[in-house]
Amino acid sequence: MEKHDYYHEHSHGYGIYILVWLALMTLTAVTVAVAGMDIDRFTVATALIIASVKAYLVLTIFMHLRSETRNFTVFVIVALLFLGISFVLLFSDYSFH
Amino acid sequence: MSSTEHTAETHVHRDDIGSRMGMWLFLFTELILFGGMFLIYSVYRFEYPEAFHLAAKELNTIMGAFNTAVLLTSSMTMALSIVAIQRNQKILSIWLQMITIFLALFFLVNKYFEWTAKFHHGIYPGSEELLSKGSGEILFFGLYYVMTGLHGIHVIVGMVLIGVMTRMTRKDIITKDSYVRLENAGLYWHLVDIIWIFLFPLFYLIT
Repeated sequence: MEKHDYYHEHSHGYGIYILVWLALMTLTAVTVAVAGMDIDRFTVATALIIASVKAYLVLTIFMHLRSETRNFTVFVIVALLFLGISFVLLFSDYSFH
Repeated sequence: MSSTEHTAETHVHRDDIGSRMGMWLFLFTELILFGGMFLIYSVYRFEYPEAFHLAAKELNTIMGAFNTAVLLTSSMTMALSIVAIQRNQKILSIWLQMITIFLALFFLVNKYFEWTAKFHHGIYPGSEELLSKGSGEILFFGLYYVMTGLHGIHVIVGMVLIGVMTRMTRKDIITKDSYVRLENAGLYWHLVDIIWIFLFPLFYLIT
C-alpha cells in the first residue's frame, strides 16, 4: 500500500522520457563528432565519459532508479564497484608482467 | 475506478518492490557477463592499440550510429508504455510495446546487413582473409563478433519478452494496478540498451 502512494507521487509524465531521449540522441551525435575530430589522446576518455553520462540517464530516468528506494541505488553502486575492482586488479596485475 | 483499486490493494498479496529487486539482481549477473568481456576487450586494446585502430576502420560508423539511435528510441517507447499503463491507456501502451519490438527487429535487420557485408569481404571468424592479418586485428574481430553477437541474442530475448508482455496487456493480466511484469521487461530492455551504449564507441569510434 505504501508502494502505491509512493508510486503515484513519483511516477513521471511522458515529457521527461522524451526529454531524456533527446539528450541521449544529442550525446550520441556529440560522441560521433568528437571521434571524427581526431584528438587522439582524448578520444577514448571522451567516448567513455559520454557513454557513462548516457548510461546514467538511462539508469536514473528510464530504469526509475531516481524514484526507487535508496536500497536500489546502493545495490547498483556496489555492483558497479565490484566491476571497477575487477578492472583495477586486472590492470595492476597486467602492468607488472 | 477507485473501488477496484481499493479491492486490489486490500486483497491481492504481492511485493512489487521485491519483484523489481529480483530483476535488478538478475541484471547484475548480466553486468558481470558483459563486464568480463569488456575486461578482455580493454586488455587487448591496451596491448594492440594500432591494430584495433586499423581494424575499427572496417566498421561502418554511420550504420553503428544509426543503430544506436534506433535502440535509444526503442528504450524511450518502452519507458512510455509503462507511463501509458499507469494512466490506464491500454491501447496506447500496447502500441508503444509493439513499436519497441519493431525497433528491436529493425536493429537486428541492420546488424544482419552489417555482418553479411563483413562476410562478403571475407571477414568472419576463422576466414583466410582474417587469419592473414595480425593477431591484434584477429582479436578485434573476434571480440566484435562475440560481443555484438551476445548483445544480439539479448535483443532477441528482449523482443520475445516484450511480446509476451503485449499479450498479457491485451488479456488484462497487466493492468493499471498491476504492471510490475512490464516494468521488469523494461528494466531488461534498458540494460540491453546500456550495453550497446558502451559497445558502440568501443568498436565503431576508435580513431
